[in-house]
Amino acid sequence: MPKQPSFSLARLAIYATLILACAVYLVPLVVMLLTSFKTPDDIRTGNLLSIPDVFTLIGWVKAWDSIGGFFWNSVKITVPAVLISTLLGALNGYVLSMWRFRGSQLFFGLLLFGCFLPFQVVLLPASFTLGQFGLANTTGGLVLVHVVYGLAFTTLFFRNFYVSIPNALVSAARLDGAGFFTIFGRILLPMSIPTIMVCLIWQFTQIWNDFLFGVVFASGDSQPITVALNNLVNTSTGAKEYNVDMAAAMIAGLPTLLVYVFAGKYFLRGLTAGAVKG
Amino acid sequence: MSSIAVFARPSPLDALQRWLPKLVLAPSMLIVVVGFYGYILWTFVLSFTNSRFMPSYKWVGLQQYQRLLDNDRWWVASQNLLVYGGLFIAISLVLGVLLAVLLDQRVRREGFIRTVYLYPMALSMIVTGTAWKWLLNPGLGLDKLLRDWGWEGFRFDWLVAPDRVVYCLVIAAVWQSSGFVMALFLAGLRGVDQSIIRAAQVDGASLPTIYLRIVLPSLGPVFFSALMILAHIAIKSFDLVSAMTAGGPGYSSDLPAMFMYAHTFTRGQMGLGAASAMLMLGAVLAILVPYLYSELRNKRHA
Repeated sequence: MPKQPSFSLARLAIYATLILACAVYLVPLVVMLLTSFKTPDDIRTGNLLSIPDVFTLIGWVKAWDSIGGFFWNSVKITVPAVLISTLLGALNGYVLSMWRFRGSQLFFGLLLFGCFLPFQVVLLPASFTLGQFGLANTTGGLVLVHVVYGLAFTTLFFRNFYVSIPNALVSAARLDGAGFFTIFGRILLPMSIPTIMVCLIWQFTQIWNDFLFGVVFASGDSQPITVALNNLVNTSTGAKEYNVDMAAAMIAGLPTLLVYVFAGKYFLRGLTAGAVKG
Repeated sequence: MSSIAVFARPSPLDALQRWLPKLVLAPSMLIVVVGFYGYILWTFVLSFTNSRFMPSYKWVGLQQYQRLLDNDRWWVASQNLLVYGGLFIAISLVLGVLLAVLLDQRVRREGFIRTVYLYPMALSMIVTGTAWKWLLNPGLGLDKLLRDWGWEGFRFDWLVAPDRVVYCLVIAAVWQSSGFVMALFLAGLRGVDQSIIRAAQVDGASLPTIYLRIVLPSLGPVFFSALMILAHIAIKSFDLVSAMTAGGPGYSSDLPAMFMYAHTFTRGQMGLGAASAMLMLGAVLAILVPYLYSELRNKRHA
């Protein structure tokens, strides 16, 4: 029985606070967009929220010229890393829930710690290893690193979903002679679409937004876009072109923002899955 | 027929089937053993050596840890982490809870408002830092905006003030992560039994009292999870500092993650960097262990 939302001073205050908060959260995005369409002169004479005198795309063109190549690096890193880590996570989750063996629970515990690992503690050995394999400063090396350190979360997503599926389903299929991969491919994967979505989106946001691995393991031509953006914004040579900075920031943020707008439901589920279910 | 196959003498194919789960898990086990724990051990070993630009395995005992404790920049970074982490966690929690409670009052367009509060979480800390660096720009940012809007004497130069710059990091981090806290608590609030609230209302309790005394205390586990995640974000904060201040002015906005990166990869102090990384791991464990302990205890009691 929902209470009747009556129009009162209290409700007015609630709405006022919520709308004010909306404005505060939106201001940085609005400022970024407005600034990115201004000319450098316009930026100096106007202020953060002034409407551009003329909308110009100079900033966007210049930004794309300087970081466009790195945008494709990020694509080359993110797409394979997301797909591989999701597939591995699904297989791991499948084994850890349906084919448990002595020590598999212990392994899951050890793996879970990876969700909390401060990566600083593995950076040095990882960079030695990449160098040894000739993968230092390559996008391939970054794919490998992201697969390795994304595994904890992807396994957690699938394992938590598969433990909720009755074991009888798998036992019955096994009695009918279905093998390991048949059960996985024919029965479990088709049921896992929502979990796959959650996992893909989580991994996509994590890897696209990564900066630490990018700045440590890549240099020059193989850098991801976050590193390129950081370099662009923090160069001290020449006059600062804030319109270019903001356009570049929008370009770097747009892919994850679009994913969030179109698949927000899965995005949120991914964020809370690790937190609430543990 | 299939039941006969189960009891039949295992053929090589059956043996393979039996080993398949372990085979499939094997690469991941290797990754975890080597890439997680082996590498931690390796870093641990390096922290006891005199490694500089290249790894060396000359044992120097606790010397690197001693140097760390004598290092003024490390203390600035650690203190900054306490201030930044403390404020970031506290403000995000208060804001998140407040917004979640307000959103839970059957407001219209809830989905849209929720989307607005949460979108910064989709952006990287680098983009966040870039945006806030511009917003807080002394001279052209909010500084100028409020003066243009008529507040003549307004000055906002925290980004270049060594004793204030850390608050700029707090502002940006809260903007990025508080929506997430809101989402966590909103999910928690939706799980609260409405009949308890109604019963308390019948008893004459006001809505704020009900939330403060009954509803929020029942969300202890959510509170704990949020605290854990925020603390973890704070300790790992590296990209935000890098984009917004690069640790400056001087090293006044350094954080341990920044310290570790700078010493290990640009200043040729690998041993010192490894020692600082181990202390960061210690900080994470200090938060994680009590959390896991209480989780396990709750599960046993449940």
